[in-house]
Amino acid sequence: MLIKKRVAVVGAGMTKFMRRAQETGKELAYEAARMAVDSCGLRIEDIESVTMGSAPDAFDGVHMKGEYLIDGAGAWRKPYMRNYVGGGTGVFAPIHGWQHVASGLFDTCLVVCEEKMSTCRPHPQAAFLTIFDNLTERPLGPNLVWIFALEMHRYMHVHKIPKEKIAAVSVKNKKNAMDHPCAQLAQKITVEDVLNSDVLVWPVQRLDISPTSDGAAAVVLASEDVARRITDSPVWIDGVGWNLDSAYWTNRDLYYPQYVENAAKMAYQMAGIRNPRQEIDFAEPYDPFDYKELHHMEGLMLCKKGEAPDLAWEGVTQRDGKLPVCPSGGLLGVGNPIAAAGLMKICELFWQLRREAGKRQIPGDPKTAVAQAWGDLMQVGTVVVMRA
Amino acid sequence: MATKVAVIGVGMTQLRSITPDLSYKEMMFEAAVKAYNDAGVDPRRDVQSFICSSEDFWEGTSIFDEYVPDQIGASLKPVCTISGDGLYSLITAYMQISTGLIDVAAVEAHSKPSEVVSIRNIMSLALDPVYVRPLGADPYFIAGLEMMRYLDKSGNTREQCARVVEKNRRNALENPYAAYASQIIAQDVLSSEAVCSPLGKMDIAEPADGAAVAVLASEEKAKDFCDDPVWILGLGWCSDTPCLEAREWGEAAYAKVAADKTFKMARDVRPKDVDLLEIDDSFSYKELQHLEAMGFCKEGEAGVLTEKGVTAPDGEIPVNASGGSLGMGYTFEMAGLQRLCETVLQLRNRAGEHQVKNARTGFVQCWRGIPTASGAAMILTSGRS
Amino acid sequence: MSIKIKEYAGTPLREEDLKQGKVLSIGYSPKAKYTWSAGLAIGRYLAELKNTRIVGRQCDKCGRTVVPPRMFCEWCFRPNDRWVILKDSGVVNTYSISCIAADATRIKEPLIPAVIQIDGTTDAGILHLVGETDPKKVKFGMKVQAVWKRPEDRTGAITDIRYFRPIER
Repeated sequence: MLIKKRVAVVGAGMTKFMRRAQETGKELAYEAARMAVDSCGLRIEDIESVTMGSAPDAFDGVHMKGEYLIDGAGAWRKPYMRNYVGGGTGVFAPIHGWQHVASGLFDTCLVVCEEKMSTCRPHPQAAFLTIFDNLTERPLGPNLVWIFALEMHRYMHVHKIPKEKIAAVSVKNKKNAMDHPCAQLAQKITVEDVLNSDVLVWPVQRLDISPTSDGAAAVVLASEDVARRITDSPVWIDGVGWNLDSAYWTNRDLYYPQYVENAAKMAYQMAGIRNPRQEIDFAEPYDPFDYKELHHMEGLMLCKKGEAPDLAWEGVTQRDGKLPVCPSGGLLGVGNPIAAAGLMKICELFWQLRREAGKRQIPGDPKTAVAQAWGDLMQVGTVVVMRA
Repeated sequence: MATKVAVIGVGMTQLRSITPDLSYKEMMFEAAVKAYNDAGVDPRRDVQSFICSSEDFWEGTSIFDEYVPDQIGASLKPVCTISGDGLYSLITAYMQISTGLIDVAAVEAHSKPSEVVSIRNIMSLALDPVYVRPLGADPYFIAGLEMMRYLDKSGNTREQCARVVEKNRRNALENPYAAYASQIIAQDVLSSEAVCSPLGKMDIAEPADGAAVAVLASEEKAKDFCDDPVWILGLGWCSDTPCLEAREWGEAAYAKVAADKTFKMARDVRPKDVDLLEIDDSFSYKELQHLEAMGFCKEGEAGVLTEKGVTAPDGEIPVNASGGSLGMGYTFEMAGLQRLCETVLQLRNRAGEHQVKNARTGFVQCWRGIPTASGAAMILTSGRS
Repeated sequence: MSIKIKEYAGTPLREEDLKQGKVLSIGYSPKAKYTWSAGLAIGRYLAELKNTRIVGRQCDKCGRTVVPPRMFCEWCFRPNDRWVILKDSGVVNTYSISCIAADATRIKEPLIPAVIQIDGTTDAGILHLVGETDPKKVKFGMKVQAVWKRPEDRTGAITDIRYFRPIER
């Protein structure tokens, strides 16, 4: 296929991720958007289009919250749309932004992702009840963690994975996050700490899971000609892919995220990547739970099915390993304001590939990286490949 | 040079005031089957991307996109949701095809307000939680305020707004898809119960249930599938401020900017070249306001044009020959897609009893409803000479 | 992070700041009420549950029998062909042990959510609970049987099944 225009990320910004921010959703969006636009020396007038990614309205308590966030996102009197694929939104939003520019319609697009979960009282968890099927599941009073525990347990069972190997991911990411200035949960913990933490829904324990958060992130995209005028080191979006599995999640075998593989294949094909394990220098898969990082590594075809836990246990996925995974600290370490968390990973790729990640900088000369997000009822995979 | 993208098939269910026998999934399936049949595509094999429109709180389900793929043939395929009108999803499909990544895309939107018991409360939930919601007013006050300001500024009258309702509800008599066709007269509208003066009950389009799907293709693929593709010549969309306090009331700037961008992209098309319009009339005055804002007539002129029958189906500028939202029913996020389906039927000469003569080029527009100031527009042509 | 950026925006608050009124806040409880039409497929499914029957649908093209029922086959994209009365027993495909309720508060007696593949289907499962068992005794692949509510308590809902209990060997 011939893609009409090459698109680059030229600027990025984000807020701190916090359990509860004083800032309103609009203010969070503004801070991230402002930072992203400033970071590449542009003005808001130079931004031709805006796309917003934000997950359930139920958290903010504002219906059609995309509309509510327009002014915070710098979109006044501009073409503006809100895209939404549940947890996959953070990586779909830049894909949607890519569509704006690669289509030739615009030279620039500002991608903003915002999440304000703390508005939902007494606890944002409760809003997740409404993601379940209204007629066949909600009456059972399910908790969101139930279904991830079901998926985690199935994954562990099929591949006979001991819990320690999964817990090690949480240890790695929280430690990586200690070098991230926006991190909510950076801390040094051990595998023992994870295994001794409160059981929420076995096999999920408190330290296996990322928290609810408030935060925002933003990136500026530009077409090739414009990108080269804005910066000496644009980071190219060379591959995009997205895929949604059936809503009938109880009719599927949850041990493997086929939808992530399909999305990855779509992105790799566009990027001309034939051997992801060799050609990808580092990865930021979605890690709201520790097992998900491993599950997604396999879906991204960075290793064989069932192989991820061993790679992680052997240190391959550490920042100084052969295939660094979540050098940012991921959701487990930085926080999980759903859509903003996914876009944070795109920001990380941007900063790493420009060698601007400071203490988190991966050694060597990383050139190609992949970011991925996931969500819905274990259904959606969104994948972006970026190159220096 | 804008990429050539065509609509190669459309399908819509009949709009109804309630649909107790079918779930929304079954309605979506019906619209999808009709559209795929019309386009001659097998979604499992030929459609590469699916874009759906929805808003969680209309559905009563968070992360509603979870529930869309199966009934439109999209399971394990690229699917995304746009939180906005179906026309925005169509624009996203256009962008996806224009990148070269996708050749054939399907767009879906549906509406089932009959299931929303507390619909006014949901509308209130869209109001600013700090500055507006605490006032506790019926959300229609926003339309009432805007109507008052618009009529004052433009010089159009309530009677002329009532003539829009009369026109559209009568137009709907010829449209088998319509839910609210009726032989009313303007006086009925003027004497209807006040909701938020000058807005009366009959100035407001009643909600309707329905589902619609459209299939788009790149120029190359369109020719493979379809004898009468309908080409997208131009499009645009715009969001004005969400803050009621900061708005230029009565102006509909979102419509003006969207239309300007649409005409700019469509290059050789001017308002006078448009053979029919399907634009937002979810409130009676909106049809007049949008006509003026988008340059189809001068400010203050739209009311008189309506009175003179210029916007009737057999007039010079047929507006909402389908019956519009007032006559067909207001379908929330499906409204723009509904208007697009109607326009495609017209441009293919398949609108039956409500066919507009010599319809070659059509203009479609949507507004996202209160309290927003966001909307999109599109120009399509059948290219038949 | 860009090493150029020194300050990141965001002002963290604690729960106490809100409770003690140190920060101004406004509360609101939305009235979000819906009456959903179950439609053809789920309408029948729920009605049959009232009769202690689990029903599914079968597609002739791919041969799959599925539950919860839908009127179309999503893989073949065609209307499917017939109703199938399934058994009210099945096999545990995956399960977990929950110590928290839907609003994240702790519960005393753990719940055992599971995906139970219903006998008579093509590996199609439903979400439900396993009951009448020590959580430690639940196994992947375990055979289970539905335990129904009394007739006067059944309303035509998924909760007409109280839970699935292990079938003794």
